[in-house]
Amino acid sequence: MPERRSEPVDVISREQVRHLADLARIDLDDAELDHLAPQLAVILESVASISEVAADDVPPTSHPVPLTNVFREDVVRPGLTPEQALAGAPAVEDQKFAVPRILGDEQ
Amino acid sequence: MTDLVDYDEALAAYDPALGLEVHVELGTATKMFCGCSTVFGAEPNTQVCPTCLGLPGSMPAVNAVAVESAIRIGLALNCEIAEWCRFARKNYFYPDMPKNFQTSQYDEPIAFDGWTEVEVDGETFRVEIERAHMEEDTGKSTHVGTSGRIHGADYSLVDYNRAGIPLIEIVTKPILGTREKAPAVARAYVAHLRDLLLGLGVSDVRMEQGSLRCDVNLSLSPIGSGTLGTRTETKNVNSLRSVERAARYEVSRQAAVLRSGASVTQETRHWHEDTGVTTSGREKSDAEDYRYFPEPDLVPVAPSREWVDELRAELPEPPRVRRARLQEAWGFSDLEMRDTVGAGALGLVEQTIAAGATPQAARKWWLSELARRANEQGTELTALPITPEQVARIQALVDDGSLNDKLARQVFDGVLAGEGDPDAVVASRGLAIVSDDDALGDAVDQAIADNPDVAQKIRDGKHAAAGALIGAVMKQMRGQADAGRVRELILERLA
Repeated sequence: MPERRSEPVDVISREQVRHLADLARIDLDDAELDHLAPQLAVILESVASISEVAADDVPPTSHPVPLTNVFREDVVRPGLTPEQALAGAPAVEDQKFAVPRILGDEQ
Repeated sequence: MTDLVDYDEALAAYDPALGLEVHVELGTATKMFCGCSTVFGAEPNTQVCPTCLGLPGSMPAVNAVAVESAIRIGLALNCEIAEWCRFARKNYFYPDMPKNFQTSQYDEPIAFDGWTEVEVDGETFRVEIERAHMEEDTGKSTHVGTSGRIHGADYSLVDYNRAGIPLIEIVTKPILGTREKAPAVARAYVAHLRDLLLGLGVSDVRMEQGSLRCDVNLSLSPIGSGTLGTRTETKNVNSLRSVERAARYEVSRQAAVLRSGASVTQETRHWHEDTGVTTSGREKSDAEDYRYFPEPDLVPVAPSREWVDELRAELPEPPRVRRARLQEAWGFSDLEMRDTVGAGALGLVEQTIAAGATPQAARKWWLSELARRANEQGTELTALPITPEQVARIQALVDDGSLNDKLARQVFDGVLAGEGDPDAVVASRGLAIVSDDDALGDAVDQAIADNPDVAQKIRDGKHAAAGALIGAVMKQMRGQADAGRVRELILERLA
């Protein structure tokens, strides 16, 4: 097996963690950022160790099952009733999910 | 008030570059990744299941017809079809997507590197297609609050019937060299796509129902600079007319920004149909903020070359070929054909002819009477609540003498007002031409009695004078008398 050395992973910066938290709508204060950023760095370093054993003959894999073209016929199947669908909703109005005022923008 | 530069002045200094992103909802029976129905207009949250609601433990399953439609769209746009491609998760938090990601495609679209051609005023423009990829639609939010808009809304109501409906996003490369025709080219491209998709039978492409939606990207650069300026992306421009207006507005607005020495902000803008302006939305997120990654719950799509070739062989004729064929079959002049295509009436006219009307009659109703009404209502011909079969039926009633053109217009009024089919409107409004001798006889006698001088002229052999009496009978019978039969009755009585 050819020897491969992993590139050292840059320790994730506090600013990157803040940005990711922002995207994930998680409100982290300074103390939490100080606490979490180094932990995430350790996790990234650990995951990076995979590249030490993954040689050039191992292609990047997004799915463990070697299948393609798994399709479903275009045939309607019964789903949930509105009552079932809305059962877990914290608030319902006009048979719709009522959600808090939306910040940000539609995609 | 936003500063605007006169359109012609803007064009004298700047070159517009266009880019169009069109989302097409496929006409499949079921959603992209689950077996829920896609029927439009159902009661809220009646077409949902654990998968499209993003409930824990649910798994997606790809709709075979949606993949086939995506490949056919790609082929019709002269694209390469990927030999192997994956779905990707586009992560964002917004209540219209309960999974907190949209299943889309990222760097491996199913179709890429295509082209198509559109015509404006007899000039052909080639539009390069960057990609066409598969994704899913989002749910529909209604904002409740005093303003009705997102900002200032107190809360929102979400219906997930639309979440998961298959979408194909078709993205052009920058369209250059269109000069003052940029807005018209943008419109013509969307109209062309609509015809092409309709021809493929993959979508009902009803812009007013949102099954075809357009984002207009536009930038300006100083003439001759050879560079691309900073672009804005105007979202959800949902009629052909608005596509043209939005592009034109952005040319004037961006020219004013650049002329003042400022630079255009790269951002999403919102189109306001009522006022005809765009307003600033959010600043465009970086693609990396969506943290795309390959969808682990779906295996790759790898269309075999045999399948692709088979689909290619079965493609319908391209719109240009179809237009040439129809023009010859219908005997339309170039101008008549251009007007028909420009009004988006090609398919409607074709279906009206198929339902029995002559080409000229079909063209006449759609391009005069109905186009005028659509224009008055600020809507598209396809959005009018009347079918080609109904138009053909009204023409048939004219042809068999039951209606004249004036009465036919009243039948159009009735059908468009939702009073039912043409025959029902004729019956309920009492619009049919009266040719029954008993009913006409009384009116003829009355007209003769009211106009003794005219009657005498006719008795003296001046048959041309009958026109005045026919007019009197018509007036009395609110335009519904059979003019030919009235003339015969007058001449009989005054022989």
